[in-house]
Amino acid sequence: MATITIGIMDPPYESANTPTAFRLVEAAIRKGHNVNVFCYEGATALGYAGQKQHPNAVHGASLEEEDHPNPKEWIESLLAFAGEKKVKLVWCNCGLCVDERGVENQVEGVCRGSPVDAWKYAEGSDGVLLIGTE
Amino acid sequence: MARYLSIIDSAYRATIEEQDDTAVWFTHAMKNGGADVSILLRGDAVNYAVSNQDAKGVRFGARTVKGPDMVRDIKAVVEKKIPLYAVADDLAERGISISQLIPGVEQIQRRGIAKLIDGHDHILTW
Amino acid sequence: MSKYVLIQSKSPWESGDIGHFYALASELQKAGGEVTFFLAQNGVMGARTGAKDAGLDELLGGKIRVLADDFSLRERAIEAGSVKQGVRPSPIDEVVDLLAGGAKALWH
Repeated sequence: MATITIGIMDPPYESANTPTAFRLVEAAIRKGHNVNVFCYEGATALGYAGQKQHPNAVHGASLEEEDHPNPKEWIESLLAFAGEKKVKLVWCNCGLCVDERGVENQVEGVCRGSPVDAWKYAEGSDGVLLIGTE
Repeated sequence: MARYLSIIDSAYRATIEEQDDTAVWFTHAMKNGGADVSILLRGDAVNYAVSNQDAKGVRFGARTVKGPDMVRDIKAVVEKKIPLYAVADDLAERGISISQLIPGVEQIQRRGIAKLIDGHDHILTW
Repeated sequence: MSKYVLIQSKSPWESGDIGHFYALASELQKAGGEVTFFLAQNGVMGARTGAKDAGLDELLGGKIRVLADDFSLRERAIEAGSVKQGVRPSPIDEVVDLLAGGAKALWH
């Protein structure tokens, strides 16, 4: 079992980096590793509890049919997955980034920290990956 | 304790809204917390090493924006003894001469980046 | 020997800056590193047979292991038979394995 720290920066719905990052976290959990995710800047909105689904009139899809992704659910699901696999997933937001964006209302399980916390996660990790943004 | 190298090539991305370059800021915050960090400016980010940058004067109606002070922030990085490198080839490609640089920025050749990376334990790619 | 995983997320047509990342992979390998170059997202576009990506082509067939995210390939309808020789379609688990094994990771 290893520990991996991943830093992400992109806000939801803006970049292909986001699902790739989630796929890395999922794979790491599935393989039995502990994962720390540190969300910086726009990525702090990934866990925002106020995200809502919507229908899709262009495709004639109702709310249910569209089943639009809200990344907050991906986080909740990964936290549950980590529990099932008995590994640790830490999902931590940069607190100042949360404040300036007004996304304090986060789903349960998301914590708040600073660059020093990110550093400490990295210090305790075998591998560190920062996915920067454009 | 691990050695971290922040490689910054994204430039002026959110600097007006954040009043900082957030990669420079983050790395400086790590240093304040006790981390062993270095910064490599490459690509357009080598422009951060240039003196006389000025982002003042933005206003939206009555609301003025203080703006970032990249010269202050780069000088602070140097004063904090965070090793700060800029890729010489990238400076030259952009027509930036040595005389324009903020003191304390160390130039390295592009071919020297591999060795710099090898000398650090974790790389943060901004 | 240091291990590296370089993850290329951009295509050479969307980023004019990709050449330096290919060159860095070569330099790290020449300096004695064990280098994996992992193509993901639009970074797999240059892996399609016939794609004009000279920088990627130079890495192929040498000591650098070039992998391409199988999901990104499928997402872009680049079938296994249409991938350049020397590029191995791979699950993203490969990146996780490298991180877990202490590889230094760079994202572009």
